[in-house]
Formats: sequence, C-alpha cells, structure tokens
Amino acid sequence: MARLRVNGVEEEITAGTVAELLAACGVDPASRFLAVAVNGTVVRRSEWPSRPLLPGDNVEIVRPFSGG
Amino acid sequence: MTDPLIIAGTTLSSRLFVGTAGYPNQQILLDCLEASGAEIVTVSIRRISLEGYAESLVDLLGGRYRLLPNTAGCATVRDAVLTAELAREALETDWVKLELIGDRETLYPDVEQLVRAAEELVGSGFTVLPYCNEDPVTCQKLADVGCAAVMPLGSLIGSGMGIANPAAIELICSRSSVPVVLDAGIGTASDAALAMELGCDAVLANTAIAKSHDPLRMAAAIRAGVEGGRLARLAGRIPKRRFAEPSSPQLGLVGS
Repeated sequence: MARLRVNGVEEEITAGTVAELLAACGVDPASRFLAVAVNGTVVRRSEWPSRPLLPGDNVEIVRPFSGG
Repeated sequence: MTDPLIIAGTTLSSRLFVGTAGYPNQQILLDCLEASGAEIVTVSIRRISLEGYAESLVDLLGGRYRLLPNTAGCATVRDAVLTAELAREALETDWVKLELIGDRETLYPDVEQLVRAAEELVGSGFTVLPYCNEDPVTCQKLADVGCAAVMPLGSLIGSGMGIANPAAIELICSRSSVPVVLDAGIGTASDAALAMELGCDAVLANTAIAKSHDPLRMAAAIRAGVEGGRLARLAGRIPKRRFAEPSSPQLGLVGS
C-alpha cells in the first residue's frame, strides 16, 4: 500500500505504476483522451506501465469536459 | 466567395468558435454545434471522477470538430501550463486557449501572469490563443511573445453584456499583427455582428447559445450575425452623418 495524493485526495492505494493506479481507480488505461501528471509533470501514455509511483506522489488524472 | 480565416497556418472556413458548456442536454449541444457551422469548439480539462468513469461528450466531438482545450479556472502560471500540457497529451493538439484568471468574481485575466504563461507555452511549442483584456498594449505583448491570436473580452464571461468598449476592440483590431477573436460577453446575434464589423477576425460564443430560450435558433442566429458582420466589414460601411441625406432624386419632384 502506498499513500498517494490522487486528484487532490489522499488515498491508500496498492499501485506500483501509473497503469496500476488507473486500474485501481477503475479507469481503463486504453480509454481515449486521458492524461496523467505525476508531481506536476505529464507522464506520456507510453510510460504508464513503467512509471513507478512512490509514497507521497501527487497524481493528476484528467480528461476533457465541456467548457467555454 | 471564400474568405478563410488563417490561424497559425491552419485555414478555417468558419469564423465562429463555440463553447460546449451549459447546454440543456447533449443532443442540443450537438445540434447547436451543427447549426453554428463552427469548426473549432472549446473544451475544458478536469480531473476525472474517482467514483466512476464514463465516456464524456468529448468522445462524440473528437472526430467532427477541432477541439480547443482551455485552461479555464487556472489562477497561476504553473497550473495553466500544466493544464495545457495535460490537454496536449489528452487531445493530441498543440493548440490551447490560455486563460489565467486573476479574480474569481469577475474572471478578469491576470495580465502579468498571462503574458508569462503564454511565453512559456510558446517556448514549449504550443499554439497559444490567450483570453485577454480588451487592451491594445496587452494584446501587443501577447502577440510579441508569439501568441497565434488574441482573444480580448467583449465583456465579462457569461455576462451577455455584449461589447462594452467597442472603441477599444476596434483599436485592437486595427493594430493587431495576429488574428483577433472576440471572446466573452456575446449575448445575442447583434453583438457577434458588431464584433465582426469592428474588425474582429472571429467570435467565440458559448453561454449566449447554451442558455438562450431556444439554443438551436440562437446558434443559427449568431452564425448569421458573424457572417453578416464579416460581409459588412469587407463591404465597408458608409460614414456617419449628423444630418439627413436624401436617397431619392431631388429633380422631378411632383408639384414643384
């Protein structure tokens, strides 16, 4: 279990990589239009399976919504 | 008659950009976009819900429109730049409508941070279209740091107050080295027409359409306003006069 900050919420999650975190959050990593940043830096989709997550990491998982 | 708008080397046949927020439902949004003739539609970038993940309306728009992500709500250079970078990753576009808000109540841009963020994003290869004050100096600075267009506000976002300072918008248009897209404040078709008559290259509308009584009709009306205003601008309006000038011949009057 690692304590991560995911979209602004502190969570205890078993996830060693970005891809595992997405799966743990119920997000299909193959979904289009997703983007992820860890500690303020975008992690490219191709790096999701390999990018390790460490306790205390701050993760943003975003997608497009309606907007003006 | 072809009259394309060119932004950063991309040729656009529509001079109306449309936002995607606040429509009564998804079908009305889709119908409005169709009726508007828009090629560029704006979207926001937001955190996904961790409670449940569902396809969003953007999935429906992706193939049909050029999606222009915004950085709406960002109040710091860091947040705006990260949002733009996330948008580039999510949507595979270098284009970004840069918003950097200095005041939550009025949603006025924070000019000082806006210019810095624009410069940073241009340096990172983005095509930056900044939402900005209706101020020729700010617009010039944004063009100078490499923005592909400027998007001065007509009046406050969502206010429907139209173009509060037409003289300033006209001045910006007469001086700008990059396309001018009137953003924010459009309330109805005549506002869009006025923007184009003043020399704007395009108009962005969202709330005016989405919150109107009949969004589909308003989308068509604002489209017509943009097209009419553009034609009028190209045609060149007559000068204003203080007194009447008869349009009918003065010779051959009956009874004289």
